[in-house]
Amino acid sequence: MVSNNLGSFELTDVSVTYGSETAVAGVTMHIPAESVTALIGPSGCGKSTLLRCLNRMNDEIGNVTIEGKLLLDGVDIYDSRAVDPVELRKRVGQVFQKPNPFPMTIFDNVAYGPRTHGVKKKSELDQIVEESLRRAALWKEVKDLLKKHAFELSGGQQQRLCIARALATEPEVLLMDEPASSLDPISTQQIEDTIATLKESVTIVIVTHNMQQAARVSDQTAFMLRDSMERPASLVEMGETRMMFTNPSDKRTEEYITGRFG
Amino acid sequence: MNVRARIRRARAYELIAKVVLGACAALSLGVALLFVGYIFSRGIGFVSLEFITQPPRKFMTEGGILPAVVGTFLLTLGTALLTIPVGVMAGIYLAEYAPRSRRTRVIRLAIANMAGVPSVVYGLFGLALFVTVFGWGRSVLAGAATLACLTLPVIITATEEALRQIPSDLRRASLALGATRLRTIGRVVLPAAAPGIVTGSILGLSRAAGETAPILLTAVAFFAPIATSPMSQTMALPYHLFIMATQATKDAPQMVWGTALVLVAGISILNMIIATWRSNQRRKMRW
Repeated sequence: MVSNNLGSFELTDVSVTYGSETAVAGVTMHIPAESVTALIGPSGCGKSTLLRCLNRMNDEIGNVTIEGKLLLDGVDIYDSRAVDPVELRKRVGQVFQKPNPFPMTIFDNVAYGPRTHGVKKKSELDQIVEESLRRAALWKEVKDLLKKHAFELSGGQQQRLCIARALATEPEVLLMDEPASSLDPISTQQIEDTIATLKESVTIVIVTHNMQQAARVSDQTAFMLRDSMERPASLVEMGETRMMFTNPSDKRTEEYITGRFG
Repeated sequence: MNVRARIRRARAYELIAKVVLGACAALSLGVALLFVGYIFSRGIGFVSLEFITQPPRKFMTEGGILPAVVGTFLLTLGTALLTIPVGVMAGIYLAEYAPRSRRTRVIRLAIANMAGVPSVVYGLFGLALFVTVFGWGRSVLAGAATLACLTLPVIITATEEALRQIPSDLRRASLALGATRLRTIGRVVLPAAAPGIVTGSILGLSRAAGETAPILLTAVAFFAPIATSPMSQTMALPYHLFIMATQATKDAPQMVWGTALVLVAGISILNMIIATWRSNQRRKMRW
Protein backbone atom coordinates (compact mmCIF):
# COMPACT_ATOMS: atom_id res chain seq x y z
CA MET A 1 0.00 0.00 0.00
CA VAL A 2 1.52 3.26 -1.05
CA SER A 3 0.81 6.57 0.55
CA ASN A 4 -1.55 8.65 -1.56
CA ASN A 5 -2.47 11.22 1.01
CA LEU A 6 -6.18 10.48 0.71
CA GLY A 7 -8.63 10.29 3.56
CA SER A 8 -8.70 13.64 5.27
CA PHE A 9 -11.90 14.87 6.90
CA GLU A 10 -13.00 18.46 7.33
CA LEU A 11 -15.88 18.88 9.79
CA THR A 12 -17.61 22.24 10.10
CA ASP A 13 -20.16 22.92 12.81
CA VAL A 14 -21.46 19.33 12.87
CA SER A 15 -24.48 18.49 15.03
CA VAL A 16 -26.25 15.18 15.51
CA THR A 17 -29.86 15.01 16.63
CA TYR A 18 -31.70 11.82 17.57
CA GLY A 19 -35.40 12.52 17.32
CA SER A 20 -35.71 15.77 19.22
CA GLU A 21 -32.60 15.41 21.36
CA THR A 22 -29.36 16.93 20.13
CA ALA A 23 -26.53 14.63 21.20
CA VAL A 24 -23.56 16.45 19.72
CA ALA A 25 -23.37 20.07 18.60
CA GLY A 26 -21.00 22.45 16.90
CA VAL A 27 -18.05 20.18 16.19
CA THR A 28 -15.46 21.69 13.89
CA MET A 29 -12.30 19.68 13.32
CA HIS A 30 -9.72 18.71 10.78
CA ILE A 31 -8.67 15.07 10.57
CA PRO A 32 -5.48 14.87 8.53
CA ALA A 33 -4.80 12.02 6.11
CA GLU A 34 -2.57 9.08 7.01
CA SER A 35 -2.30 9.79 10.69
CA VAL A 36 -4.04 8.59 13.83
CA THR A 37 -6.67 10.78 15.45
CA ALA A 38 -7.97 9.79 18.87
CA LEU A 39 -11.38 10.85 20.18
CA ILE A 40 -11.39 10.81 23.97
CA GLY A 41 -13.83 11.82 26.67
CA PRO A 42 -16.07 10.35 29.35
CA SER A 43 -18.97 8.00 28.56
CA GLY A 44 -21.84 9.69 26.76
CA CYS A 45 -19.71 12.52 25.38
CA GLY A 46 -20.67 11.72 21.79
CA LYS A 47 -17.37 10.22 20.60
CA SER A 48 -18.98 7.17 19.04
CA THR A 49 -21.89 9.22 17.70
CA LEU A 50 -19.46 11.51 15.94
CA LEU A 51 -17.47 8.53 14.65
CA ARG A 52 -20.60 7.00 13.12
CA CYS A 53 -21.19 10.21 11.16
CA LEU A 54 -17.96 9.64 9.26
CA ASN A 55 -19.24 6.51 7.49
CA ARG A 56 -22.92 7.45 7.73
CA MET A 57 -23.71 4.49 9.99
CA ASN A 58 -25.99 6.86 11.89
CA ASP A 59 -28.28 6.64 8.86
CA GLU A 60 -29.06 3.05 9.82
CA ILE A 61 -30.41 4.01 13.22
CA GLY A 62 -33.26 6.04 11.78
CA ASN A 63 -34.70 9.34 12.92
CA VAL A 64 -31.28 10.97 12.96
CA THR A 65 -30.57 14.45 11.64
CA ILE A 66 -27.05 15.54 10.89
CA GLU A 67 -26.33 19.20 10.34
CA GLY A 68 -23.17 21.01 9.33
CA LYS A 69 -20.65 20.00 6.73
CA LEU A 70 -18.58 16.82 6.58
CA LEU A 71 -16.07 16.77 3.76
CA LEU A 72 -13.99 13.73 2.86
CA ASP A 73 -11.14 14.78 0.57
CA GLY A 74 -13.13 17.91 -0.18
CA VAL A 75 -16.42 16.18 -1.07
CA ASP A 76 -19.55 16.51 1.08
CA ILE A 77 -20.37 12.96 2.20
CA TYR A 78 -23.97 13.89 3.00
CA ASP A 79 -24.62 15.26 -0.48
CA SER A 80 -26.64 12.40 -1.92
CA ARG A 81 -25.86 13.43 -5.50
CA ALA A 82 -22.12 13.20 -4.91
CA VAL A 83 -21.82 10.27 -2.51
CA ASP A 84 -23.79 7.08 -1.91
CA PRO A 85 -23.54 5.64 1.62
CA VAL A 86 -22.70 2.20 0.23
CA GLU A 87 -19.82 3.62 -1.80
CA LEU A 88 -18.71 5.79 1.12
CA ARG A 89 -18.43 2.77 3.41
CA LYS A 90 -16.14 1.05 0.95
CA ARG A 91 -13.80 4.02 1.41
CA VAL A 92 -14.37 4.46 5.15
CA GLY A 93 -14.11 1.14 6.99
CA GLN A 94 -15.06 0.44 10.57
CA VAL A 95 -13.86 -1.84 13.35
CA PHE A 96 -16.25 -2.34 16.23
CA GLN A 97 -15.87 -2.53 19.97
CA LYS A 98 -16.43 -6.25 20.24
CA PRO A 99 -14.92 -8.55 17.62
CA ASN A 100 -17.78 -9.39 15.26
CA PRO A 101 -16.55 -11.80 12.61
CA PHE A 102 -19.24 -13.29 10.38
CA PRO A 103 -20.19 -16.93 11.06
CA MET A 104 -18.17 -18.19 8.12
CA THR A 105 -14.58 -19.16 7.32
CA ILE A 106 -11.62 -16.85 7.86
CA PHE A 107 -11.21 -16.54 4.10
CA ASP A 108 -14.86 -15.72 3.49
CA ASN A 109 -14.78 -13.10 6.22
CA VAL A 110 -11.98 -11.17 4.56
CA ALA A 111 -13.34 -11.78 1.05
CA TYR A 112 -16.81 -10.50 2.02
CA GLY A 113 -16.08 -6.85 1.23
CA PRO A 114 -14.35 -7.40 -2.12
CA ARG A 115 -17.08 -9.85 -3.17
CA THR A 116 -19.69 -7.27 -2.21
CA HIS A 117 -17.96 -4.83 -4.53
CA GLY A 118 -17.84 -7.24 -7.44
CA VAL A 119 -14.51 -9.06 -7.22
CA LYS A 120 -15.15 -12.62 -8.42
CA LYS A 121 -11.86 -14.08 -9.63
CA LYS A 122 -10.41 -16.58 -7.16
CA SER A 123 -6.81 -15.53 -7.80
CA GLU A 124 -7.66 -11.89 -7.20
CA LEU A 125 -9.55 -12.74 -3.98
CA ASP A 126 -6.65 -14.91 -2.78
CA GLN A 127 -4.32 -11.98 -3.26
CA ILE A 128 -6.60 -9.48 -1.50
CA VAL A 129 -7.16 -11.84 1.43
CA GLU A 130 -3.44 -12.47 1.92
CA GLU A 131 -2.56 -8.80 1.60
CA SER A 132 -5.27 -7.74 4.06
CA LEU A 133 -4.33 -10.39 6.61
CA ARG A 134 -0.69 -9.34 6.34
CA ARG A 135 -1.58 -5.70 6.92
CA ALA A 136 -3.59 -6.70 9.99
CA ALA A 137 -0.58 -8.73 11.23
CA LEU A 138 -2.60 -11.95 11.24
CA TRP A 139 -1.30 -13.74 8.14
CA LYS A 140 1.46 -15.71 9.85
CA GLU A 141 -0.97 -17.13 12.40
CA VAL A 142 -3.78 -18.10 10.03
CA LYS A 143 -2.23 -18.76 6.62
CA ASP A 144 -2.84 -22.50 6.98
CA LEU A 145 -6.25 -22.07 8.60
CA LEU A 146 -8.08 -20.00 5.99
CA LYS A 147 -10.80 -22.64 5.64
CA LYS A 148 -11.38 -22.74 9.39
CA HIS A 149 -14.40 -21.12 10.94
CA ALA A 150 -13.66 -17.61 12.21
CA PHE A 151 -15.10 -18.41 15.65
CA GLU A 152 -12.23 -20.81 16.28
CA LEU A 153 -9.85 -17.86 16.63
CA SER A 154 -9.12 -16.16 19.95
CA GLY A 155 -10.72 -12.80 20.77
CA GLY A 156 -7.61 -10.84 19.83
CA GLN A 157 -7.20 -12.77 16.58
CA GLN A 158 -10.88 -12.21 15.79
CA GLN A 159 -10.44 -8.47 16.21
CA ARG A 160 -7.42 -8.48 13.87
CA LEU A 161 -9.53 -10.52 11.46
CA CYS A 162 -12.14 -7.76 11.63
CA ILE A 163 -9.40 -5.23 10.85
CA ALA A 164 -8.29 -7.37 7.88
CA ARG A 165 -11.91 -7.62 6.74
CA ALA A 166 -12.23 -3.83 6.83
CA LEU A 167 -8.91 -3.37 5.00
CA ALA A 168 -9.95 -5.71 2.19
CA THR A 169 -12.04 -3.02 0.51
CA GLU A 170 -8.91 -0.82 0.50
CA PRO A 171 -10.44 2.00 2.50
CA GLU A 172 -8.79 5.39 2.82
CA VAL A 173 -10.04 5.71 6.38
CA LEU A 174 -10.47 3.19 9.18
CA LEU A 175 -12.79 4.07 12.06
CA MET A 176 -12.15 2.17 15.28
CA ASP A 177 -14.67 2.27 18.10
CA GLU A 178 -12.76 1.17 21.21
CA PRO A 179 -11.23 -1.72 19.29
CA ALA A 180 -9.26 -3.11 22.23
CA SER A 181 -11.65 -2.57 25.12
CA SER A 182 -12.73 -6.22 25.23
CA LEU A 183 -9.22 -7.64 24.77
CA ASP A 184 -6.38 -8.71 27.07
CA PRO A 185 -3.19 -6.61 27.32
CA ILE A 186 -1.18 -8.70 24.85
CA SER A 187 -3.91 -8.57 22.21
CA THR A 188 -4.28 -4.85 22.87
CA GLN A 189 -0.57 -4.42 22.26
CA GLN A 190 -0.86 -6.28 18.94
CA ILE A 191 -3.77 -4.09 17.83
CA GLU A 192 -1.80 -0.97 18.75
CA ASP A 193 1.23 -2.20 16.79
CA THR A 194 -1.04 -2.84 13.82
CA ILE A 195 -2.41 0.70 14.05
CA ALA A 196 1.13 2.10 14.06
CA THR A 197 1.95 0.32 10.79
CA LEU A 198 -1.39 0.99 9.14
CA LYS A 199 -1.24 4.74 9.52
CA GLU A 200 1.38 4.89 6.80
CA SER A 201 -1.32 4.11 4.27
CA VAL A 202 -4.68 4.70 6.01
CA THR A 203 -6.22 7.50 8.04
CA ILE A 204 -7.25 6.14 11.42
CA VAL A 205 -9.84 7.64 13.74
CA ILE A 206 -9.98 5.81 17.05
CA VAL A 207 -12.43 6.24 19.91
CA THR A 208 -10.96 5.19 23.20
CA HIS A 209 -11.68 5.29 26.88
CA ASN A 210 -8.10 4.49 27.64
CA MET A 211 -5.98 7.63 27.84
CA GLN A 212 -2.68 5.77 27.85
CA GLN A 213 -3.79 4.16 24.63
CA ALA A 214 -4.65 7.53 23.09
CA ALA A 215 -1.24 8.84 24.15
CA ARG A 216 0.54 5.78 22.74
CA VAL A 217 -1.11 5.43 19.35
CA SER A 218 -2.38 8.81 18.21
CA ASP A 219 -0.88 11.84 16.50
CA GLN A 220 -3.83 14.14 17.24
CA THR A 221 -6.25 13.98 20.12
CA ALA A 222 -9.72 15.48 20.32
CA PHE A 223 -11.31 15.82 23.74
CA MET A 224 -15.11 15.80 23.84
CA LEU A 225 -17.36 16.50 26.78
CA ARG A 226 -20.99 16.77 27.73
CA ASP A 227 -21.03 19.30 30.56
CA SER A 228 -24.62 18.73 31.57
CA MET A 229 -27.56 16.62 30.47
CA GLU A 230 -29.41 19.76 29.36
CA ARG A 231 -26.86 20.62 26.72
CA PRO A 232 -25.45 18.51 23.90
CA ALA A 233 -21.88 17.28 23.92
CA SER A 234 -19.24 19.29 22.17
CA LEU A 235 -15.58 19.36 21.25
CA VAL A 236 -13.55 20.95 24.04
CA GLU A 237 -10.25 21.07 22.22
CA MET A 238 -8.14 19.27 19.72
CA GLY A 239 -4.42 19.29 19.12
CA GLU A 240 -1.23 17.36 18.72
CA THR A 241 -1.35 14.44 21.15
CA ARG A 242 1.91 15.35 22.87
CA MET A 243 0.68 18.87 23.52
CA MET A 244 -2.74 17.71 24.70
CA PHE A 245 -1.24 15.40 27.27
CA THR A 246 1.54 17.66 28.53
CA ASN A 247 0.14 21.12 28.16
CA PRO A 248 -3.61 21.22 27.46
CA SER A 249 -5.04 24.69 27.02
CA ASP A 250 -8.45 23.96 28.55
CA LYS A 251 -8.75 23.32 32.27
CA ARG A 252 -11.40 20.59 31.72
CA THR A 253 -9.03 18.66 29.47
CA GLU A 254 -6.37 18.79 32.11
CA GLU A 255 -8.78 17.57 34.77
CA TYR A 256 -9.95 14.67 32.59
CA ILE A 257 -6.45 13.64 31.60
CA THR A 258 -5.15 13.74 35.12
CA GLY A 259 -8.08 11.59 36.18
CA ARG A 260 -10.07 14.03 38.25
CA PHE A 261 -13.34 12.98 36.56
CA GLY A 262 -14.73 10.73 33.85
CA MET B 1 -31.34 -13.94 62.96
CA ASN B 2 -27.69 -14.74 62.97
CA VAL B 3 -25.68 -15.41 59.84
CA ARG B 4 -25.36 -19.12 60.39
CA ALA B 5 -29.10 -19.65 60.79
CA ARG B 6 -29.77 -17.61 57.66
CA ILE B 7 -27.35 -19.71 55.64
CA ARG B 8 -28.91 -22.92 56.95
CA ARG B 9 -32.32 -21.68 55.92
CA ALA B 10 -31.12 -20.69 52.46
CA ARG B 11 -29.64 -24.17 52.04
CA ALA B 12 -32.95 -25.75 53.01
CA TYR B 13 -34.82 -23.63 50.43
CA GLU B 14 -32.23 -24.58 47.83
CA LEU B 15 -32.83 -28.27 48.56
CA ILE B 16 -36.62 -27.93 48.46
CA ALA B 17 -36.46 -26.06 45.15
CA LYS B 18 -34.24 -28.70 43.63
CA VAL B 19 -36.56 -31.52 44.73
CA VAL B 20 -39.75 -29.80 43.51
CA LEU B 21 -38.26 -28.77 40.15
CA GLY B 22 -36.74 -32.20 39.66
CA ALA B 23 -40.03 -33.93 40.47
CA CYS B 24 -41.85 -31.85 37.86
CA ALA B 25 -39.23 -32.71 35.25
CA ALA B 26 -39.50 -36.40 36.14
CA LEU B 27 -43.30 -36.26 35.94
CA SER B 28 -43.17 -34.72 32.46
CA LEU B 29 -40.69 -37.31 31.30
CA GLY B 30 -42.86 -40.06 32.82
CA VAL B 31 -45.96 -38.87 30.94
CA ALA B 32 -44.02 -38.76 27.67
CA LEU B 33 -42.57 -42.24 28.23
CA LEU B 34 -45.95 -43.66 29.17
CA PHE B 35 -47.51 -42.12 26.08
CA VAL B 36 -44.89 -43.37 23.65
CA GLY B 37 -44.58 -46.74 25.40
CA TYR B 38 -48.34 -47.37 25.33
CA ILE B 39 -48.74 -46.48 21.66
CA PHE B 40 -45.71 -48.59 20.85
CA SER B 41 -46.90 -51.66 22.72
CA ARG B 42 -50.44 -51.48 21.33
CA GLY B 43 -49.38 -50.64 17.79
CA ILE B 44 -46.24 -52.65 17.13
CA GLY B 45 -48.18 -55.87 16.53
CA PHE B 46 -49.93 -54.35 13.50
CA VAL B 47 -47.01 -52.53 11.94
CA SER B 48 -45.34 -54.53 9.22
CA LEU B 49 -44.02 -53.84 5.77
CA GLU B 50 -47.41 -54.86 4.41
CA PHE B 51 -49.20 -52.43 6.74
CA ILE B 52 -47.28 -49.47 5.35
CA THR B 53 -47.13 -50.55 1.70
CA GLN B 54 -50.64 -51.95 1.07
CA PRO B 55 -54.00 -50.29 0.67
CA PRO B 56 -56.74 -51.41 3.10
CA ARG B 57 -58.93 -54.38 2.30
CA LYS B 58 -62.30 -55.66 3.53
CA PHE B 59 -63.55 -52.43 5.10
CA MET B 60 -60.25 -51.65 6.77
CA THR B 61 -60.07 -54.90 8.71
CA GLU B 62 -57.18 -56.18 6.63
CA GLY B 63 -54.36 -54.76 4.54
CA GLY B 64 -52.55 -51.53 5.23
CA ILE B 65 -52.72 -47.77 5.30
CA LEU B 66 -50.64 -46.76 2.28
CA PRO B 67 -53.15 -44.24 0.86
CA ALA B 68 -53.28 -42.48 4.24
CA VAL B 69 -49.47 -42.35 4.51
CA VAL B 70 -49.20 -40.91 1.02
CA GLY B 71 -52.08 -38.52 1.68
CA THR B 72 -50.51 -37.11 4.83
CA PHE B 73 -47.17 -36.78 3.05
CA LEU B 74 -48.78 -34.87 0.17
CA LEU B 75 -50.83 -32.62 2.44
CA THR B 76 -47.71 -31.75 4.45
CA LEU B 77 -45.61 -31.19 1.35
CA GLY B 78 -48.32 -28.95 -0.12
CA THR B 79 -48.52 -27.00 3.14
CA ALA B 80 -44.74 -26.55 3.14
CA LEU B 81 -44.71 -25.26 -0.43
CA LEU B 82 -47.54 -22.83 0.29
CA THR B 83 -46.26 -21.51 3.63
CA ILE B 84 -42.47 -21.58 3.80
CA PRO B 85 -41.64 -19.08 1.03
CA VAL B 86 -44.36 -16.60 2.03
CA GLY B 87 -43.92 -17.10 5.78
CA VAL B 88 -40.14 -16.71 5.74
CA MET B 89 -40.32 -13.60 3.58
CA ALA B 90 -43.02 -12.04 5.75
CA GLY B 91 -40.90 -12.81 8.83
CA ILE B 92 -37.89 -11.14 7.21
CA TYR B 93 -39.98 -8.07 6.49
CA LEU B 94 -41.23 -7.84 10.06
CA ALA B 95 -37.81 -8.37 11.62
CA GLU B 96 -35.60 -6.40 9.26
CA TYR B 97 -37.64 -3.82 7.39
CA ALA B 98 -40.86 -2.95 9.22
CA PRO B 99 -40.75 0.40 11.00
CA ARG B 100 -41.11 0.33 14.77
CA SER B 101 -44.60 1.77 14.69
CA ARG B 102 -48.00 1.13 16.17
CA ARG B 103 -49.15 -0.40 12.91
CA THR B 104 -46.33 -2.96 12.98
CA ARG B 105 -47.22 -3.90 16.55
CA VAL B 106 -50.86 -4.38 15.54
CA ILE B 107 -49.84 -6.61 12.63
CA ARG B 108 -47.59 -8.66 14.89
CA LEU B 109 -50.38 -9.05 17.44
CA ALA B 110 -52.81 -10.12 14.72
CA ILE B 111 -50.38 -12.79 13.53
CA ALA B 112 -49.94 -14.07 17.07
CA ASN B 113 -53.71 -14.26 17.41
CA MET B 114 -54.01 -16.17 14.15
CA ALA B 115 -51.72 -18.80 15.62
CA GLY B 116 -54.12 -19.20 18.53
CA VAL B 117 -57.33 -19.72 16.55
CA PRO B 118 -58.72 -23.27 17.04
CA SER B 119 -57.94 -25.46 14.07
CA VAL B 120 -61.57 -26.44 13.48
CA VAL B 121 -62.30 -22.79 12.66
CA TYR B 122 -59.68 -22.98 9.92
CA GLY B 123 -61.42 -26.12 8.69
CA LEU B 124 -64.71 -24.27 8.41
CA PHE B 125 -63.01 -21.36 6.68
CA GLY B 126 -61.30 -23.73 4.22
CA LEU B 127 -64.62 -25.40 3.45
CA ALA B 128 -66.25 -22.05 2.72
CA LEU B 129 -63.41 -20.53 0.70
CA PHE B 130 -61.30 -23.21 -0.96
CA VAL B 131 -63.82 -26.01 -1.32
CA THR B 132 -66.88 -23.96 -2.21
CA VAL B 133 -65.99 -20.49 -3.49
CA PHE B 134 -62.80 -21.52 -5.32
CA GLY B 135 -64.52 -24.71 -6.37
CA TRP B 136 -61.56 -26.95 -5.56
CA GLY B 137 -63.88 -29.47 -3.90
CA ARG B 138 -62.54 -31.78 -1.23
CA SER B 139 -59.01 -32.20 -2.44
CA VAL B 140 -55.35 -32.34 -1.47
CA LEU B 141 -55.05 -28.74 -2.68
CA ALA B 142 -57.94 -27.44 -0.56
CA GLY B 143 -56.63 -29.36 2.47
CA ALA B 144 -53.07 -28.10 2.03
CA ALA B 145 -54.33 -24.53 1.59
CA THR B 146 -56.35 -24.82 4.80
CA LEU B 147 -53.39 -26.26 6.70
CA ALA B 148 -51.28 -23.46 5.23
CA CYS B 149 -53.53 -20.80 6.79
CA LEU B 150 -52.99 -22.45 10.15
CA THR B 151 -49.24 -22.90 9.74
CA LEU B 152 -48.38 -19.52 8.20
CA PRO B 153 -48.44 -17.54 11.47
CA VAL B 154 -46.22 -20.16 13.13
CA ILE B 155 -43.62 -19.85 10.38
CA ILE B 156 -43.74 -16.05 10.32
CA THR B 157 -43.26 -15.90 14.08
CA ALA B 158 -40.47 -18.51 14.06
CA THR B 159 -38.63 -16.63 11.33
CA GLU B 160 -38.98 -13.30 13.07
CA GLU B 161 -37.77 -14.74 16.38
CA ALA B 162 -34.81 -16.48 14.75
CA LEU B 163 -33.77 -13.25 13.02
CA ARG B 164 -34.02 -11.27 16.24
CA GLN B 165 -31.55 -13.67 17.88
CA ILE B 166 -28.84 -12.57 15.45
CA PRO B 167 -26.67 -9.88 17.08
CA SER B 168 -27.10 -6.49 15.41
CA ASP B 169 -23.32 -6.12 15.42
CA LEU B 170 -23.19 -8.62 12.56
CA ARG B 171 -25.59 -6.52 10.50
CA ARG B 172 -23.56 -3.39 11.24
CA ALA B 173 -20.32 -5.13 10.26
CA SER B 174 -21.80 -5.98 6.89
CA LEU B 175 -23.34 -2.55 6.31
CA ALA B 176 -20.05 -0.89 7.31
CA LEU B 177 -18.32 -2.83 4.54
CA GLY B 178 -20.60 -1.19 2.00
CA ALA B 179 -23.06 -4.05 1.66
CA THR B 180 -26.70 -3.18 1.00
CA ARG B 181 -29.37 -4.21 3.44
CA LEU B 182 -30.56 -6.96 1.10
CA ARG B 183 -27.07 -8.43 0.78
CA THR B 184 -26.57 -8.18 4.54
CA ILE B 185 -29.74 -10.19 5.07
CA GLY B 186 -29.02 -12.69 2.32
CA ARG B 187 -25.37 -13.38 3.07
CA VAL B 188 -25.03 -12.86 6.81
CA VAL B 189 -28.30 -12.70 8.72
CA LEU B 190 -30.33 -15.44 7.02
CA PRO B 191 -27.58 -18.09 6.99
CA ALA B 192 -26.98 -17.43 10.68
CA ALA B 193 -30.70 -17.64 11.45
CA ALA B 194 -31.33 -20.70 9.26
CA PRO B 195 -31.24 -23.30 12.06
CA GLY B 196 -33.92 -21.43 13.99
CA ILE B 197 -36.07 -20.82 10.92
CA VAL B 198 -35.88 -24.44 9.80
CA THR B 199 -36.64 -25.78 13.27
CA GLY B 200 -39.62 -23.47 13.69
CA SER B 201 -40.93 -24.35 10.24
CA ILE B 202 -40.64 -28.09 10.83
CA LEU B 203 -42.39 -27.83 14.19
CA GLY B 204 -45.20 -25.92 12.47
CA LEU B 205 -45.39 -28.49 9.70
CA SER B 206 -45.36 -31.49 12.01
CA ARG B 207 -48.25 -29.85 13.87
CA ALA B 208 -50.06 -29.49 10.53
CA ALA B 209 -49.31 -33.11 9.59
CA GLY B 210 -51.12 -34.30 12.69
CA GLU B 211 -54.17 -32.01 12.45
CA THR B 212 -57.55 -33.59 11.87
CA ALA B 213 -60.12 -30.81 12.04
CA PRO B 214 -58.83 -28.64 9.17
CA ILE B 215 -58.74 -31.53 6.69
CA LEU B 216 -61.94 -33.14 7.92
CA LEU B 217 -64.08 -30.74 5.91
CA THR B 218 -61.67 -29.94 3.09
CA ALA B 219 -59.66 -32.93 1.93
CA VAL B 220 -60.29 -36.37 3.33
CA ALA B 221 -62.42 -39.39 2.64
CA PHE B 222 -63.07 -42.51 4.69
CA PHE B 223 -61.72 -44.55 1.83
CA ALA B 224 -59.93 -43.31 -1.25
CA PRO B 225 -57.27 -44.67 -3.56
CA ILE B 226 -53.79 -43.15 -3.51
CA ALA B 227 -54.05 -39.49 -4.50
CA THR B 228 -52.78 -38.88 -8.00
CA SER B 229 -53.45 -35.16 -8.46
CA PRO B 230 -53.80 -32.07 -6.28
CA MET B 231 -57.52 -32.21 -7.00
CA SER B 232 -57.95 -35.79 -5.70
CA GLN B 233 -59.71 -36.49 -2.49
CA THR B 234 -57.41 -38.43 -0.19
CA MET B 235 -57.01 -40.47 2.94
CA ALA B 236 -54.83 -39.07 5.72
CA LEU B 237 -53.38 -40.61 8.88
CA PRO B 238 -55.00 -38.37 11.54
CA TYR B 239 -58.44 -38.64 9.97
CA HIS B 240 -58.03 -42.36 9.42
CA LEU B 241 -57.24 -42.68 13.11
CA PHE B 242 -60.28 -40.66 14.10
CA ILE B 243 -62.72 -42.52 11.88
CA MET B 244 -61.35 -45.96 12.76
CA ALA B 245 -61.52 -45.26 16.46
CA THR B 246 -65.07 -43.95 16.35
CA GLN B 247 -66.97 -45.65 13.56
CA ALA B 248 -65.24 -48.69 12.15
CA THR B 249 -66.30 -52.32 12.26
CA LYS B 250 -65.31 -54.77 14.96
CA ASP B 251 -61.60 -55.56 14.41
CA ALA B 252 -60.57 -52.18 13.14
CA PRO B 253 -60.25 -50.39 16.52
CA GLN B 254 -57.28 -52.63 17.24
CA MET B 255 -55.54 -51.73 14.00
CA VAL B 256 -55.92 -48.07 14.78
CA TRP B 257 -52.97 -48.33 17.19
CA GLY B 258 -50.83 -49.32 14.26
CA THR B 259 -51.85 -46.13 12.48
CA ALA B 260 -51.13 -44.07 15.60
CA LEU B 261 -47.68 -45.60 15.87
CA VAL B 262 -46.89 -44.82 12.23
CA LEU B 263 -48.00 -41.20 12.68
CA VAL B 264 -46.04 -40.66 15.90
CA ALA B 265 -42.95 -42.43 14.54
CA GLY B 266 -43.00 -40.43 11.31
CA ILE B 267 -43.19 -37.10 13.08
CA SER B 268 -40.56 -38.16 15.65
CA ILE B 269 -38.13 -39.21 12.95
CA LEU B 270 -38.61 -35.90 11.17
CA ASN B 271 -37.99 -33.98 14.39
CA MET B 272 -34.92 -36.04 15.23
CA ILE B 273 -33.33 -35.43 11.84
CA ILE B 274 -33.89 -31.69 12.29
CA ALA B 275 -32.54 -31.71 15.86
CA THR B 276 -29.34 -33.43 14.73
CA TRP B 277 -28.86 -31.05 11.83
CA ARG B 278 -29.51 -28.10 14.09
CA SER B 279 -27.00 -29.09 16.73
CA ASN B 280 -24.41 -29.46 13.97
CA GLN B 281 -25.21 -25.95 12.76
CA ARG B 282 -25.20 -24.56 16.28
CA ARG B 283 -21.58 -25.50 16.76
CA LYS B 284 -20.70 -23.07 14.01
CA MET B 285 -22.81 -20.25 15.41
CA ARG B 286 -21.70 -19.30 18.88
CA TRP B 287 -21.27 -15.67 19.73
